[in-house]
Amino acid sequence: MKKSFIVIGTIVLAAVAFIGGSKLYQQSQTSERADLASSRSANLVRPHSPVFGSESAKVTIVEFLDPACETCGAMAPLVKSLVTASFGQQVRLVVRYAPLHQGSDQIVRILEAARLQGKYWQALEAVLASQSRWASHDNPRPELVWDIVGNVGVDIAQAKADLQNPKITETLRLDREDLVALKVSKTPEFFVNGKPLPKFGPEQLKELVKSEVRLAYGQ
Amino acid sequence: MATNGHLVVREFRMSSVHPGPSSAQWALLFSAWLIALVSTLGALFSSEIMGLEPCVLCWYQRIAMFPLALMLGIALLPFDARIVRYALPLALVGAAIAAYHTLLVWGLVPKDLVPCGQGPSCAEVKFELLGFITLPLLSLTAFALIVILLWILKSRNSE
Repeated sequence: MKKSFIVIGTIVLAAVAFIGGSKLYQQSQTSERADLASSRSANLVRPHSPVFGSESAKVTIVEFLDPACETCGAMAPLVKSLVTASFGQQVRLVVRYAPLHQGSDQIVRILEAARLQGKYWQALEAVLASQSRWASHDNPRPELVWDIVGNVGVDIAQAKADLQNPKITETLRLDREDLVALKVSKTPEFFVNGKPLPKFGPEQLKELVKSEVRLAYGQ
Repeated sequence: MATNGHLVVREFRMSSVHPGPSSAQWALLFSAWLIALVSTLGALFSSEIMGLEPCVLCWYQRIAMFPLALMLGIALLPFDARIVRYALPLALVGAAIAAYHTLLVWGLVPKDLVPCGQGPSCAEVKFELLGFITLPLLSLTAFALIVILLWILKSRNSE
């Protein structure tokens, strides 16, 4: 029957157009975000941000992170291993905040207060690792974060006193501004030497870091 | 032999219920289906690929449009004009919701009547072509065209 061929042909054509259109759209989005990140590189890395790894590392992972976001927590061990693989000599991590969940600002303030005591990375790791205890969507218990950071040696009384420190407020304000400037609307969002991931995923992040290391160090 | 005889009777009955469609009838149903298919894929593209979250009214329109893409397609394989009876009410409901949504976006319906408690606002315009073509307007156009095509098909059926 000729007519059923027309119908089936139309379905195939529509499917091809949909898939092709999606690929094209995603490519144009990625290059747009890359252009945005390179034209606004000052918004990508700010001097106030916490840095894990050596200042001289030639590959910089910028992570926009929300302490309450599960995917950020799930990616944390991988991100850490990407830096420690070269003992921080080739790859470093810059943490930017994207406090998109309700109440995330407060957690960011606690983390930044821990940073004033030199306990930032321990605190961040512990907070992300214990999300299931405090960041449940139907029963968030941000007050538990104090116990968690207390366990890694943060002086809680001091941290509470530092919570409204104007430096921390300024960090939050600038990071929020840069979220808008770089059109970051989801967490985590990664840029490796200013390049966004072509598609979100742990494998894509690993690949991008690997290729940037190869580019910078010729391995 | 008995089975064969049975088959012949069945085929005879089916063809008496559906005399082969005229090419105009087929083209009408095919066009309505094509519009529903493109609208469905367009809606999926906007939410899944472009990441525009559908508001409540968008969802109600999807509930009317997505089945049309399937039902009208099935009615083409083989042609069954009786689909009009089931598809037309669905398209009319979709058109009504899309009309309401369009008026809302244009500000002709007061916002406080909107049944949008949670999620993205229905009155907010996130996608616009040429300065006036919004998603609700596209949806209204699609539903209206489907209604018109099915209506013509219906009047031809009863002739």
